Amino acid sequence: MWGARKLSSFGSGFLGVLRSGCWGSQAGCPRLTSLAVYSENQLSWTLKIKPWVFQEYRIMCSRSYRMTFACLNTMKTYRYPWTRRYSTSQTTVDSSEVKTFLALAHRWWDEQGVYAPLHSMNDLRVPFIRDNLLKTVANHQPGKPLSGMKILDVGCGGGLLTEPLGRLGASVIGIDPVDENIKTAQRHKSFDPVLDKRIEYRACSLEEIVGETTETFDGVVASEVVEHVIDLETFIQCCCQVLKPGGSLFITTINKTQLSYALGIVFAEQIAGIVPKGTHTWEKFVSPEKLESILESNGLSVQTVAGMLYNPFSGYWHWIENTSLNYAAHAVKHPHPGPAELVFEGEADVPAKASTNPGVREEPKE
Amino acid sequence: MAVLLAVSRSGVAPAAAWSVSLVSCRRLAGAPADTVYDVVVSGGGLVGAAMACALGHDIHFHDKKILLLEAGPKKVLEKLPETYSNRVSSISPGSATLLSSFGAWDHICNMRYRAFRRMQVWDACSEALIMFDKDHLDDMGYIVENDVIMHALTKQLEAASDRVTVLYRSKAVGYTWPYPFPTSDSSPWVHITLGDGSTLQTKLLIGADGHNSGVRQAAGIQNVSWNYDQSAVVATLHLLEATENNVAWQRFLPSGPIALLPLSDTLSSLVWSTSHDHAAELVSMDEENFVDAINSAFWSDANHTDFIDSASNMLHYAVAFLKPTKASARQLPPSIAGVDAKSRVLFPLGLGHAAEYVRPRLALIGDAAHRVHPLAGQGVNMGFGDISSLVYHLSTAAFNGKDLGSMSHLTGYETDRQRHNTALLAATDLLKRLYSTSATPLVLLRTWGLQATNAVSPLKEQIMAFASK
Repeated sequence: MWGARKLSSFGSGFLGVLRSGCWGSQAGCPRLTSLAVYSENQLSWTLKIKPWVFQEYRIMCSRSYRMTFACLNTMKTYRYPWTRRYSTSQTTVDSSEVKTFLALAHRWWDEQGVYAPLHSMNDLRVPFIRDNLLKTVANHQPGKPLSGMKILDVGCGGGLLTEPLGRLGASVIGIDPVDENIKTAQRHKSFDPVLDKRIEYRACSLEEIVGETTETFDGVVASEVVEHVIDLETFIQCCCQVLKPGGSLFITTINKTQLSYALGIVFAEQIAGIVPKGTHTWEKFVSPEKLESILESNGLSVQTVAGMLYNPFSGYWHWIENTSLNYAAHAVKHPHPGPAELVFEGEADVPAKASTNPGVREEPKE
Repeated sequence: MAVLLAVSRSGVAPAAAWSVSLVSCRRLAGAPADTVYDVVVSGGGLVGAAMACALGHDIHFHDKKILLLEAGPKKVLEKLPETYSNRVSSISPGSATLLSSFGAWDHICNMRYRAFRRMQVWDACSEALIMFDKDHLDDMGYIVENDVIMHALTKQLEAASDRVTVLYRSKAVGYTWPYPFPTSDSSPWVHITLGDGSTLQTKLLIGADGHNSGVRQAAGIQNVSWNYDQSAVVATLHLLEATENNVAWQRFLPSGPIALLPLSDTLSSLVWSTSHDHAAELVSMDEENFVDAINSAFWSDANHTDFIDSASNMLHYAVAFLKPTKASARQLPPSIAGVDAKSRVLFPLGLGHAAEYVRPRLALIGDAAHRVHPLAGQGVNMGFGDISSLVYHLSTAAFNGKDLGSMSHLTGYETDRQRHNTALLAATDLLKRLYSTSATPLVLLRTWGLQATNAVSPLKEQIMAFASK
């Protein structure tokens, strides 16, 4: 563990430099100010800069590394609701970036394309969600096991995860702040008459639908999203608020620690000596421990945390014990939520009781 | 467009493909009123009908819409005809398991079939033989009339009629494939135009339309194929006397293999592969001569040579010395007394193999993907094996909420089946070639090879296990 921590700080230092390096060249000031839309937190600019980080990175590193990390990168970068919104709605944004996003919005459904890792991640996350949701019901309808369940897919992008859940019979609402993503998702599901009825897409943020959907969902899915949100605490509160008591929250994300570690090694080998020490943005990234503590303190009991590994050569994901890169978490909302409550087994057996969650505070509005 | 996409992280190559497809993608944009099926099976023969049946009875497909397109009329046997049909299939235990999985095997059992417990294969040019049998008296396979299988499948299709629609006397005349690179404007499904001008859409098209597959041709999938210089003559034969008749017999003549498959205590089915001219002659000759020809094909020693016989005896003694207990007794095939009138037909033989079994939203099964010489009795079993594999992959995909036409699981099917089918195809082709000659060195080689294989039980068990899948 100490090794990982040490390397983490090494990696974070390296990222810090890149950020400041890119900052000057990319006319960062408007970005920084417009970012205040979501948060005053200055750390958040970390995320904005990531595309450039990787552009530089791609130029410099070898092909095999590019395969590994470019995949992760593209996956992360575009399933990235808060930034994307900002990118498309602000006039100060580099227009080539917007064009890139617009061009790529068509490509959500290209299984071999830039989103290939997200497509193949469905092999893990769909069964993960399905099986954990099915634990709460005695029997299910063959052919559509999730029928009768309501699921919210936060940061749905092009609907890559929304559609499989809809095919399993669930009524799904997919939200994403980027209009282009929602248009693509909408268009894609419109070809399938069955999904067209089961799925609803909205271009909005989580905060915007909390009010009207309090305690509505049997499941909330935030796949590859939480590492991009500006205020994780608030985000989790919102998720918890829209969940029915006893409902499940599913999160998949990246433990940035090890990713940065890998990058740090790569970069340190290629451009040694540019990495300073003592950058403070590390808290921004989500470790399983931190995520767990936020979940627990918001009235959710964590059931599972499992590591996921992407093999860039086969293009498949695998479950692993180690959570140092990607991981998935499943948490269940307490019927009697409270920050200090203990985790207990058999959450599903406890009768669901409608109650407001005292742990949820009013989230900041724009 | 190029400028726009040059900045994309995905690189330029896919972008170029996209702009090309943009030019011609408009025609797909319309016609949203068509019915969208989850799976369309093109071709309602044994394999196509079984495919639709298997999907219709799969638990994870309860919510799916399946369509079977069959060019011919609906075939129902009001009652079982007295005379046996001349078109029979050898059904392996694996295929029987598949047929039971959706209830069709019960219908077959209630009608008629014949189990065989042993298989004897021997050479016309030597004493060499191989005997396959199961120690514990398990069935090695079943001889079933195609009409009976078809009837069972039709029954089971009716039982699943809420999920499987069958369109008889319907033929697809045109297929429009989705663009490999999806754009938001074009339909992602396969569009099918039927002979009557109606159109429909499907998420997955399964081509089960035989070795001249229209689906395969429309998709532009390369097919390696050649015709053998042989035709097969089939007929229903009457045995001289009633026997237990539970052995499948096959003798390799220099002109091609002749096989006798049990139908009942007094009837057997003939499959005789021979040169085109000889086949035509066999079909046209009178009944008495035909029966004589068959009996002499099974009994004649005219092709034996002393050299091969003594070489073969040498190995036989050597094996007997090493393994004195395990001597497989040679059995004699039954004599033929007569042939059913009008049961003699011939059909040409060939080999074919599709370079790809799958494309996005397309899978080929059965003879559309592979055509094989009947000498191993594997044709329809390979097709049923395709079904087992494809249903497994599709069922898993459906339970995982996947798009059924996605390559991610279709390639799984392709890998599984190509591995099995190419091996079988190569083996039957090799056997066909090896036994088509009477050149002494090759005869010696195959004689020793067959004897050695017969002596090594584990090897024989491997072959049986592979063939009974």
